Amino acid sequence: MPNKTEALKKGPKPERDPLVSITRRTDIPLWLGILIRAGAILIALVLCGFATKLVTGNDPISVYIKMFEGAFGTANKTWFTFHELAILLGISLAVTPAFRMKFWNIGAEGQVLIGGLAAAVCMVAFSGSSISDGLLIVIMLISSIFAGVIWGVLPAACKAIWKTNETLFTLLMNYIAMYLIDFFIEKADPSGSHTVDSNTLVRGWLPEIAGQKYLLDILLVALLTVIMFVYLNYSKHGYEISVVGESENTARYVGINVKKVIIRTMAVSGAICGIIGFLVVSGVSHSIDKNFVKGRGFTAIMVSWLAKFNPFMMVAAAFLLVFLERGSDAITTAFDMNASFSDILTGIILFFIIGCEFFINYKLRFRSKAKKEAE
Amino acid sequence: MSNIDKNYALQLEHVTKTFGSKVIANKDVDLDLYSGEVLAILGENGSGKTTLMNMISGIYHPDAGDIYVKGNHVTINSPKDAFALGIGMVHQHFKLVDVFTATENIVLGIEDGKFNLKTAAAKVAEISSRYGFDLDPYKKIYTMSVSEKQTVEIVKVLYRGADILILDEPTAVLTPQETEKLFNVIRRMREDGKSIMIITHKLHEVMAISDRVAVLRKGEHIATVNTSETNETELTDMMVGKRVSLNIERTAAENPQDRLTVKNLDLVSHEGVKILSGISFTARSGEILGVAGVAGSGQRELLEIIAGLQSPTGGEITYVDPESGADVDLRSKTPLQIRDLGVRLSFVPEDRLGMGLVGNMDIIDNMMLRSYRKGHTAFVDRQPPKELAENIIKSLEVVTPSAKTQVRKLSGGNVQKVLVGREIASSPTVLMAAYPVRGLDINSSYMIYNLLNAQKNNGVAVIFVGEDLDVLLELCDRIMVICGGRISGIVDGRTAKKEEIGLLMTKAKEDHGDAE
Repeated sequence: MPNKTEALKKGPKPERDPLVSITRRTDIPLWLGILIRAGAILIALVLCGFATKLVTGNDPISVYIKMFEGAFGTANKTWFTFHELAILLGISLAVTPAFRMKFWNIGAEGQVLIGGLAAAVCMVAFSGSSISDGLLIVIMLISSIFAGVIWGVLPAACKAIWKTNETLFTLLMNYIAMYLIDFFIEKADPSGSHTVDSNTLVRGWLPEIAGQKYLLDILLVALLTVIMFVYLNYSKHGYEISVVGESENTARYVGINVKKVIIRTMAVSGAICGIIGFLVVSGVSHSIDKNFVKGRGFTAIMVSWLAKFNPFMMVAAAFLLVFLERGSDAITTAFDMNASFSDILTGIILFFIIGCEFFINYKLRFRSKAKKEAE
Repeated sequence: MSNIDKNYALQLEHVTKTFGSKVIANKDVDLDLYSGEVLAILGENGSGKTTLMNMISGIYHPDAGDIYVKGNHVTINSPKDAFALGIGMVHQHFKLVDVFTATENIVLGIEDGKFNLKTAAAKVAEISSRYGFDLDPYKKIYTMSVSEKQTVEIVKVLYRGADILILDEPTAVLTPQETEKLFNVIRRMREDGKSIMIITHKLHEVMAISDRVAVLRKGEHIATVNTSETNETELTDMMVGKRVSLNIERTAAENPQDRLTVKNLDLVSHEGVKILSGISFTARSGEILGVAGVAGSGQRELLEIIAGLQSPTGGEITYVDPESGADVDLRSKTPLQIRDLGVRLSFVPEDRLGMGLVGNMDIIDNMMLRSYRKGHTAFVDRQPPKELAENIIKSLEVVTPSAKTQVRKLSGGNVQKVLVGREIASSPTVLMAAYPVRGLDINSSYMIYNLLNAQKNNGVAVIFVGEDLDVLLELCDRIMVICGGRISGIVDGRTAKKEEIGLLMTKAKEDHGDAE
């Protein structure tokens, strides 16, 4: 007992208001929410400007202009940016139902990979067959969905039955998908390349509409956004997902089969991921390698959270991230910058945008102000 | 009991603690603990026992009053201060790290600079053998039974040199055999000069283990008596106090008919503890059946079994259909199956926002919980629940900005009105309500009583689990008393005495015969 005498001496601490008291906001007017977010972006841009000037010596305004041009400088760049947006948004929509259920699926990367792989396998398997292109595409789509569903349902079923940890499970499934692709590449292209490209994947390409190879994906994901919004907010399934996510006890109390909802929802998530994998491989790239998802399975988690699981807000969140990525690529080459520097800029901007959520959720009151109010 | 040394281990003088402006948890409490004695603290739910113990162990700070330890005036600001003074509390809910061994848990948080698990384990073994604990110092917590975990908690405070031990309802989670073992340990600790405060609801345990008994009621210290000079009836009278008249309306039960029959219901927990044993009763239409008992006597489990949320270990539950008179077996059916059998069973659970409602959803979506499956489309129809929500807001005077307000933003009384309103809206034939007026102000409470009475007059079989005996005695037609998972009696609500129920609540039947 080391502090006996000290403890005896210690009296009660004097009551005093803290310098800053933090209280949770119950409601926030729309204009204030917009104002806080706009302010955060402005501060981020100013800070990025200083950082650019100090570190690289470039004129920040021209850097920003270059960033914009990187994303929207030419018609082709614009199409590409919107296609990137569509793919990221699609994956974000896929993970959202599970997140609403508080099922922390970080395996979207693997679910997209395996969907793409299923499509590629069909493309190779039917390359010399006589079936029509239309039928082949249908077979590929079904295979991709099926593969994605398996990748989603496996961790969900284990969670529902044995209460395994879904985060670890889905994470590890990513690696299985990745190395299955490596295995496939070795079999399909024994030359030792890391990619199976359009020389091997000769059939099963999605048609271009209006001469634009990106347009089909963009339209499909736009449609998916609306469907997901309706599914989550107006369907019985969506309602069950919300109840299970908020309180499993309440779900059991009203007779919802919690296990069934968990498995069903992850099947939906996996299926959408599978479709996205199919779109990427068969629609645009006509090639596959183990990095074709480029970490968007993880970025999608951020998009979903930033948008508070609202599909329409996700459009904005995904746009922001894609724009930053495209813009940073452009300034890196244009100003011959170190690639890490554009990452720093992206980091600063994201920090402010995510950080400002704190001021949207909480209210700060300073001591002097509290005193004034008391008087 | 021979070696009581009349030196004070602990004295409380005029200790008062209030929460907010209204709730007085403890009022002007004087309490003495002698060195080397076992003092039992007895009181109903909400009588302020736990708050008082929390002040002694440094979790709360009293608003007024003084605490003396071994004659010295002390200020206890944190559990660390309490430990420095030799006060150790064993909480009802264990605070242990599952993947650590017993010894690792015991030394966790001790800052004495010479950390050596081997010597610590030897010391743990030494303490165990001195007091007769059965504890393997290297056993991991997650492989332990509830009673072993409790042992770890007790050894933890002894290891830190506590000589004043506070045990908060230590027997609540134990089997009778384990309780007997614990009592032997407590006796050896007393012989060793430790001073022990034990909180318990069970009168026979008070009589078995304590030297003196302090009785608390509604936050006040009623009296401290020598155990050898009192008896269970006297203690009960002190504990429940005089009957207070509340003027709750009670209509005569009209043409009561059997609606729900429970026979020999048993429930054994995963740890092998008997939660319910041999529960048999009948709930009748047009009648309010009260369920009285100390909190945690199995009331929650009983209702959850009937509602289909848990499966019993044994027994029968039968529902009598009011139209056809046919018997329907409800045992081990899911809530959905029960509904599909045409049984209109409504349930107002104890945990309103954690089970009955979804706090983050608005009133409309909460109304929909029971009805969202209606219709053959894949989409929900929010129109009927919206009408229901507006109806309930109006008729039950729910204070809310709108039907689109999240229920967690409502006050406790309004939350309960939303929940009870929804459960009544499905025109049930059986209505179960667990502590429906807990935390409610007087007006809301009376509104709930009136709603229950209206249901009764409509011929609903109402089961009301309550804690305030005065309410139970004025509202219920019959009162079933549960003690330790058994029915200790079913009495007539119009003629029963408060003391009679108090005694039934605390008097566990001896069950040596079928404890295995």
